[in-house]
This record gives sequence, C-alpha cells and structure tokens, in this order.
Amino acid sequence: MSELVALDGISVRFNLGGGGWFSGPKRILRAAENVSFAIAEGETLALVGESGSGKSTLGNVVAGLQTPSAGRLRFRGREIDRETWKAARRAIQIVFQDPFGALDPRMPVSAIIAEPLLIQGTATAAERRERAADLVTQVGLPLDALNRYPHEFSGGQRQRIAIARALAPSPALIVADEPLSALDVSIQSQVLNLMKELQERHGLSYLFISHDLAVVNHLVDRVAVLYLGRLVEIGGREEVFETPSHPYTQALLNSVPRIGRKRARGHTIKGEMPSPLHPPPGCVFHPRCPRAADICRIEVPELLPAPGRDGQRAACHFKE
Amino acid sequence: MSASLRAEAAVSPWQLRWRRFRKHRAGMASLVVLALLVLFALTAFPVRHFTGLDPDATDLFARFDPPSAAHWLGRDEAGRDVLIRLMVGGQMSLLVGVLGTGIGGCFGLLLGICAGYFGGKLDAILMRFTDGMIALPLLPLLIVLGAVDLTKLGFSSEFARSGAAGFWRIVIIISIVDWTAIARLVRASTIVVKERDFVRAARAAGAGAPYTMAAHVLPNVATPIIVAFTLTVGRVILFESVLSFLGFGIVPPTPSWGNMLNNAQELVISAPALAFYPGMLIFITVIAVNFLGDGLQHAFDPRSEK
Repeated sequence: MSELVALDGISVRFNLGGGGWFSGPKRILRAAENVSFAIAEGETLALVGESGSGKSTLGNVVAGLQTPSAGRLRFRGREIDRETWKAARRAIQIVFQDPFGALDPRMPVSAIIAEPLLIQGTATAAERRERAADLVTQVGLPLDALNRYPHEFSGGQRQRIAIARALAPSPALIVADEPLSALDVSIQSQVLNLMKELQERHGLSYLFISHDLAVVNHLVDRVAVLYLGRLVEIGGREEVFETPSHPYTQALLNSVPRIGRKRARGHTIKGEMPSPLHPPPGCVFHPRCPRAADICRIEVPELLPAPGRDGQRAACHFKE
Repeated sequence: MSASLRAEAAVSPWQLRWRRFRKHRAGMASLVVLALLVLFALTAFPVRHFTGLDPDATDLFARFDPPSAAHWLGRDEAGRDVLIRLMVGGQMSLLVGVLGTGIGGCFGLLLGICAGYFGGKLDAILMRFTDGMIALPLLPLLIVLGAVDLTKLGFSSEFARSGAAGFWRIVIIISIVDWTAIARLVRASTIVVKERDFVRAARAAGAGAPYTMAAHVLPNVATPIIVAFTLTVGRVILFESVLSFLGFGIVPPTPSWGNMLNNAQELVISAPALAFYPGMLIFITVIAVNFLGDGLQHAFDPRSEK
C-alpha cells in the first residue's frame, strides 16, 4: 500500500494570550505535540481518545482547516505547499460530527452537494446538477431530495447528504470527524455500512475520528490512540484490540461496556485528563498510570515498536 | 434514468427562492403594487408630452380648483395640476428611496460583513468608524453637507443650480447618514454565521473569503438585512421631505411626495385632499415595501412557513 497522506512531527499550539506586561504569563494550549502517522491508499485509520485529546484538531490539520504550528504534511509523497494545496483540498474532504451545523440551512441539497465542484471551478452548472443527482442516489436518498432544504431531513439523512457532498470532488481521503456520535444507534450502523460500501466502490481512505471503540472495531484497519495531544499507540486493529501495549490503551479498552462481561477486572483509569495548558513533565500519562515509575516523571517515552510486534508502536517505558 | 433527466432533477437555488416568493401572496401583491407605482410615476413623461401639462406652471386664478376633465385631481394652492405633480414627485421620492437605501445599505452591508468576517484589527477599525458616524450630531452635519458649494467641487454652475444637483445631494446625504444601523446588524449576524460548520466545510473545500461571504454568510444574514432595508425605504422617503423642508435637496417648485405633504400642512383644514394624495402614496409605498420584505424573507428562509 502506498502512502496517501503523512503527518510528520505535527504540533498545534493555540496562543491563548498573556505574555504582555499586564496580561499575566503567556498561556499556550498544546492541542497536539509532535504527532506523526501516515494513511495509506484505501486504508481506514481511526484516531481514538478522550474528548480533549486533540483528535479533532489533527483531523482539521489533515483537512486543511488548521495550520500546524510545527511539522510537515505530505500528500502522495509531496509536501503540501502553495502548489499542491489545491490538489490536496480536492482529494481530502471532511465530514463533520454535527449534521445539523454542517449543512447550510439556506441552501438546497443539490447546491450543498455540488458546492465543492463550484468552489474548485471544475464543472459546469449542468455537470454539477448531474453529479448531485448521481451522488444523492449513491448515498441512498431519493432524487426529489435535491430540491429540498436540510431542515426537512433527519440526522441520519443529513449525514448522508454530508457524505455525498464529501464525495463530490472524487476525493482520495475523507476525514470523518465523529460522524456517528450525533446519530441514533440504529442509524449509526446504516451510515457505517454506507461508508464501508462507498469505500469499496471508490477505493477511499478514511481518517475516522471517534471515541466509540465498538464502532472503530467495525470499520478500521489501523488504530491510533491519542492522549493529551500525543500519539501513545498506533497499530493494526487486531493487534491493538487484542494485545494493547500502552497502559492507556489497555484502560480505554477495559472501559468499554460489553453485555455478558463482568465489569472491568484489572485497572480502569482514575481521575481526569490534565489540562493541555499545563501538561505534566515526562510521560504525560504518568499521573494516571498504574505502572508509573520514576523514569516516567522525567523522560518522555518515544514511540517504538512493542516487543515482538513490529507493526504496533507505543510510547511507553514499560510497554507490553 | 438518462443523464439529462438527472440533471433536470436539481433546480438552482434562485429558482427555488423565486418559487417560494411566488407562493407568498402579500409579497407578490406588493410587487405588483410597487410596479404600478413606478408605472404611475413614469406616466409623467407621456402625459407631459401629449397634454402639455407642466408640473411647475402656476395659475393663481385657478387656486384650489376642484377636479375637472382637464385636471383630474384638481389644482393646488398655486394653481398647479395635482396629478402631474404627484407623478413627477413619485419619480423623485421613489428614486430617492431606492437609491438612498441602496447606496447607504450596500455600503453598510459591505462594511459590516467585512468587519464581522475578518474580525481582529479590521473589525476594530471599521466599527470605531461606525461608532464615530453614529456619534455625529445629525442636524449640523446635514446643514454642513447641504451648504457644500458644488461649483467649488468642480461642477458647472448650471448643474449646481439644477434640480439634478439637489436630487443627488439628497441621495448622498442620506447614504452617508443611513448606513450605520445596517453595518452593525450585519456584523453581529456575520460573526454568528462564520463559526458554523458549513462555513468551515466550504473553507475545507478551498473556498475563499468573497465566495464564502456571498454564498453562505449573505443568505444566512438575509432576514435581518431585509427587515432593515424595508424599514429604511419608508424612512428615507419621509427623511427626504424633512431635508427638503430644511431647504436642502429637492426644493420647490420641483415636487416630491415629501415636500407636497409638507406644503399641504397649513392647508390641511381648507384643502385636505392636497395632503391626502401624497400621504396616501407614501403610505402605500411603505406598506408595499414592508410586505415585499416579508415575501423576500419567506423566499430566503426555507424554514419559514406562511
């Protein structure tokens, strides 16, 4: 599999002010620190983590909505700069979490779906209308949906419209930022199946951002676990789910409620994630880690292969 | 299904809006009424040409003549034909209303949308400018603007004394004074809209600021803008009469509905009809514009149910 998009040492910091004479100390929110991973053609990579772990920020970076403070972004082997930006924008589309906010309430569905083509100026009005009609049937909506407005649709239907829109410029990668979390469970599986089907038909890659590990288990090839803006573990889905290496991943998997299983043996994590304004020194997970030792408080662990499993890497001094 | 059929399945947003507007009865009726008013004002040209009626020709022996075959609505306090004066005055009033609102409104719109969309320093500068305009006392400003000597600005003295100069002077005065409310309204609505996901989605697809403003921000802030514009039209038509009364802008003998109404003030007991006609026309215009605004709102907001 060839590399489609790669993040290389991406950091995102938000300056929250301060640092002036009267405004107190400078406050910098570190939403993502030195994150590197790659997405291959046709692959689905999940970004998982608690809320506030920087999942959506990284999704925005990939989708071009957020300029990283440091690090590089590669698209099909070339760094994204002024020249390649346009092609990258066409090839990377985003589906948002909230299907009620993501569609312009004053635009009919046909215009919403064809909008990326209008913006990029790659199709005539007739071609755009035809493409919209084509896509609306692909995502399982009737043709008469085209002339209706977003408020006439349910959450699941709106998410289908958002997906149709993302498909309009024939992208290679869709960033799906928690596309299911606003939907009912029964609708979730429908949309999930639709996404799977579209992936097979168009050879799409997904960057699937989610905190729902059960959903992730259904769709993805690889999993990347984020904690406080740091990549703590990345690997194939089965490896990560069967033999999690990082204690945070283990705790995350233990916390998934399952019918017929006794409540978490072993360790669940206590406490809250620390503020990204004041990340702890050393390994950022050490205040909550059951295995924390002195080295964890001092030295930042590197992302290295887990013992005996080359494809699975974890950032922990005591990885399993 | 064939490709052409599929292409026809989608209708453009403007067609959809027109369909929604057509279903709004009051809006459609107002459109017709406004068209008739414009037609009425424009009839002055053929009437003058064919009957030789002059809106400024006085006849002091025929003051307050009742309606007759030659003068359908009678004559005013200087013996001038009322009907032709209403027609010519309509041209003035409607043009001042539309141009004053249009120029001032579009300026305010542009300023507000830029301030709201770009934010930061530009927002601060533009909004302090707006606050400054609001803080200016209106009447002294009007007197200063009204006293500007056009010949010193390089216009010929014939133009400076003509009715056209007065007309443009009034349009410009109104435009300068009347944009602040719309600017602040648009800025506030823009700030809300620009943070919505659909605006971010457009940016993710590579949209620039002009496109985003035109395609997403404007339609979504249309409701308050339309309300502000329609209210402004009526106010401007009356404002024109105030300015004319103070001696700036459209000065007698050139008629406008506003100054006809003003002139009739003292005669309201002896000749109430002279106040009634222009008053009624202003009233109808303002009502029609308001309902037209209702119709436009309905057309732009797909959620509104009539």
